[in-house]
Amino acid sequence: MSAPEHIIREQYTVDGDDFQAAGGASSAMKKLLRSLGVPPDAIRRAAICMYEGEINMVIHANGGEAEVTFDGGVITMTLRDTGPGIPDPELALREGWSTATDAIRDLGFGAGMGMPNMKRNADEMTINSVINQGTVIVMTIRV
Amino acid sequence: MTHCVTLDKEKCKGCTTCIRQCPTEAIRVRRGKATIISERCIDCGRCVLACPHHAKRAVCDPLTLMEQFRYTVALPAPSLYGQFRNLDDIGVVLGGLLEMGFDGVYEVARAAEEMSAHALVKFGIARKGVGYDGAEPVPAVRPLISTACPACVRLICMRFPRLIPHLAPEIAPVELAALAARAEAAKKTGLPPDKIGVFFITPCPAKMTAAHFPLGLSEPVLDGAFSMAELYVKLLPAMKKAAMKDNVFPSVGLAGVGWAVSSGESAVLRNMKTIAIDEIPNVIAVLEDIEDGKLPEVGFVELNACTQGCVGGCLTVENPYVSKMRIQELMKNLPDTLLSRLRYDDPGTPPTRDLPLAYEPADVLDGDMSAAMEKRFRMDALLGRLPGLDCASCGAPSCRALAEDVVRGYAQEADCVFLTRDSMGEGGYLPPPFRHSQK
Repeated sequence: MSAPEHIIREQYTVDGDDFQAAGGASSAMKKLLRSLGVPPDAIRRAAICMYEGEINMVIHANGGEAEVTFDGGVITMTLRDTGPGIPDPELALREGWSTATDAIRDLGFGAGMGMPNMKRNADEMTINSVINQGTVIVMTIRV
Repeated sequence: MTHCVTLDKEKCKGCTTCIRQCPTEAIRVRRGKATIISERCIDCGRCVLACPHHAKRAVCDPLTLMEQFRYTVALPAPSLYGQFRNLDDIGVVLGGLLEMGFDGVYEVARAAEEMSAHALVKFGIARKGVGYDGAEPVPAVRPLISTACPACVRLICMRFPRLIPHLAPEIAPVELAALAARAEAAKKTGLPPDKIGVFFITPCPAKMTAAHFPLGLSEPVLDGAFSMAELYVKLLPAMKKAAMKDNVFPSVGLAGVGWAVSSGESAVLRNMKTIAIDEIPNVIAVLEDIEDGKLPEVGFVELNACTQGCVGGCLTVENPYVSKMRIQELMKNLPDTLLSRLRYDDPGTPPTRDLPLAYEPADVLDGDMSAAMEKRFRMDALLGRLPGLDCASCGAPSCRALAEDVVRGYAQEADCVFLTRDSMGEGGYLPPPFRHSQK
């Protein structure tokens, strides 16, 4: 396989407070990666990361921007929001830990499994968060 | 890949109705006629229902095929029972099939009921001698996905490779019925199995195709399939004769007949969280969710390509909602043979598929990944220049599909009437839906 000349890049807007739209970025990304012939397992892991990230942005940050790039070897997902920030990223990665409100829990979310799920499925995950300014999460998956 | 959905070129007006309706974007209008992209077609029959000119047809086997066999057996789909007004005895339908010239009848509903009984024991929902025992069932693969609808199985093989291991390993009810019918007929007549013709009365093109090219089976187990709609005309008068004789009795209870409608298959799996989905766009949406791990609580997934299940097949005669009502009315008067079967018998174990189901991607832009990326790059660039109206005037269902066709080399940029118009300079007439508000 010759080295690809292009980096494929797609951007998605994640609407805040819209649970119905959450999953749109994950679904579009799946279609993109499938059209490029990315192996199914890598697509599945990427889709889980993206979906959990989208849900988090909807629940905690009133939405945000998602971007996916693929250079032929690595899928990179970048999720940006201008929400309240994550006070303790270590704690957020612990299973069962959640700051979701009761209303959110009533909808079946907020079990504290989202971030750990992202961490588990991504090959690398970095969290950059500033309180009251926002959060940038970068996840990569090697194909 | 072979399909039974074909085009009557005389009747096709080259309109874009079918290409917009096709859930897998498998149709393009070329040279004024709708053409099917074979690798993408799952034989769901939606285009057959959609075509206003009746140019799309599902070609089934001719009834004359029966003449090639010494002994013939009809395998009526459970959905056939929903096609008749005021039917209160399934025996009349079975008798009608015999009057029509079949030598024997074997109800697919009977095989379906056997599949249900097997599933109940396999999942630990019921036990021999006890019936339902209230245990919480734990399937080895969660969720398990039904394989009764071949259009949905084909969709999964094409788009959801991760879900292939979730498909139930057993053969489909119609295939189980075919094996049993042939064995029964061979025993009764002493004829060699290849002299016995076993024919499915099918409600849909997907099952017609699967009769000749079964998914996951090395050999077909049916000798052919007849269209329900085609057979209907001959069956009606034959049923009148059969009603006078009143000498054929159904062999099935309510559980097997229930498979004709969506949620019939899953309804018997008590204590299990089941989900029944009908129509391909809905099926795609739920499969996406399952693939993303969004439905961890679901134990069993029933899928049907057609509206309300098999009663919505494009080869049926009656409106799906009306047939559904009739099936439910029939079920009220049928015995719960599934329960008695479990109480006294060991349900048999249906055979499993002898070939693995393979991932057959239809949407990969190129086998070489860097070539695919290059194509995707060009596709995105072109998509930015297309009007985004999805008007289908180019013969593709959407601007996106045209962009994809262009990079694959199947279409040209100039196929877009708007790009062509722009290249000729401003000022041409633009129909109202396509005018920009600021102009």
